Amino acid sequence: MVEYNAIKGEVLDEASLTLEEFARACSVKRHWVVERVKSGMLGNGTRYASRWRFTSPDLTRARRLRQMEFDFDAEPELAALVADLFEEVERLRGRLRAAGLKSE
Amino acid sequence: MEFKDYYQTLGVDRDAAIPDIKKAYRKLARKYHPDISKEPDAALRMQEINEAKAVLTDPEKRAAYDQLGERYHGGEDFRPPPDWDAGFEFSGGGFEDADLGEFSDFFANLFGHAGRARSRTHRAYQMRGGDRHARIFIDLDDAYHGATRSVTLHVPQADPQGHVTLREHTLKVHIPEGITEGQHIRLAGQGQPGVGGGEPGDLYLEVHFKPNPDYRVEGRDVFATLPVAPWEAALGTTIDVPTPAGQVLLKVPKGSQGGRKLRLKGRGLPGAEPGNLYFVLEVVLPPANTDQARKLYESMARDMPFNPRQTR
Repeated sequence: MVEYNAIKGEVLDEASLTLEEFARACSVKRHWVVERVKSGMLGNGTRYASRWRFTSPDLTRARRLRQMEFDFDAEPELAALVADLFEEVERLRGRLRAAGLKSE
Repeated sequence: MEFKDYYQTLGVDRDAAIPDIKKAYRKLARKYHPDISKEPDAALRMQEINEAKAVLTDPEKRAAYDQLGERYHGGEDFRPPPDWDAGFEFSGGGFEDADLGEFSDFFANLFGHAGRARSRTHRAYQMRGGDRHARIFIDLDDAYHGATRSVTLHVPQADPQGHVTLREHTLKVHIPEGITEGQHIRLAGQGQPGVGGGEPGDLYLEVHFKPNPDYRVEGRDVFATLPVAPWEAALGTTIDVPTPAGQVLLKVPKGSQGGRKLRLKGRGLPGAEPGNLYFVLEVVLPPANTDQARKLYESMARDMPFNPRQTR
């Protein structure tokens, strides 16, 4: 077992990812990201590709889309719908927790 | 190392066609999907079925695996024979380090070895290491004050002969104050090592909070329940309460009802725009379990004209 001194990382949202970094973090090609941003399934599709920046929620969503598409051979639109539903469930569970109610 | 029976993992026959294998995989992937599964070993099962699918839906890997499988059964002690993959060329969808880290020692030993051998003989190139992802569970206090936490990862590592095994790699990571649920911390250069002198990848840690019996978190706002006696709620009081940010004197206004939220502005999770800390009042009735307590309740019932159904 190898031990290292404490490492200080970057918190996404304070420092965001470029398109290149984002695609690499999701194990997909750049065009996979570009297609989904342009079609509104991921992040903000109104910016130019060279200036796109991605944050933590984008990373969570993109990895979820990728998993749905690859694991279930899902169409991108269906994967996006499933991701929308997951996000809604998470939002509602968060509100239940904040209200002191069990979410499961 | 145990031999893994991938057909058994997916519950398919050895002569199952790829569409049937995919169908079986999807059924199990739905059951053990990390976003919805409540099974305690969901993550491990997901890894197993991903690994089985990766081999059985790739004709080249499946053929090589089938040849091995004629001599072994699931659970048997296993060492890959020398040149077990002779005659097979794993050309499609190569498994790089990023994938190997997600799979078992058994998989890494078989296909990691083959992949590396191929890299050495045919593809003398330089490539950046893959990025890796892991979840880290922290206490709410860590998010308030910052902390250093250890994370243990399984990293594939090749010996000089090209055999790949998974090695434990422990990192001490600084958790910055003000981190929120679901945020990622990127640790540059802590992902998979590069190939041929290429740069290592990055490690992304997805932060989650451990359940806390006293506090609930929504974004940067933190919620807690504050039990109060009926007279404290009715007459008002000041209570010394603990918070993750330290003790505070909280003023409960007179005439408060159960469910009222008292806000401590900026006492939620720290940040450029810190969240708020909310105490939700819970009026707790003292039990009428002594003569004196019963007399007090009777006195209230007699002297206080109050019907809670009429206040709604």
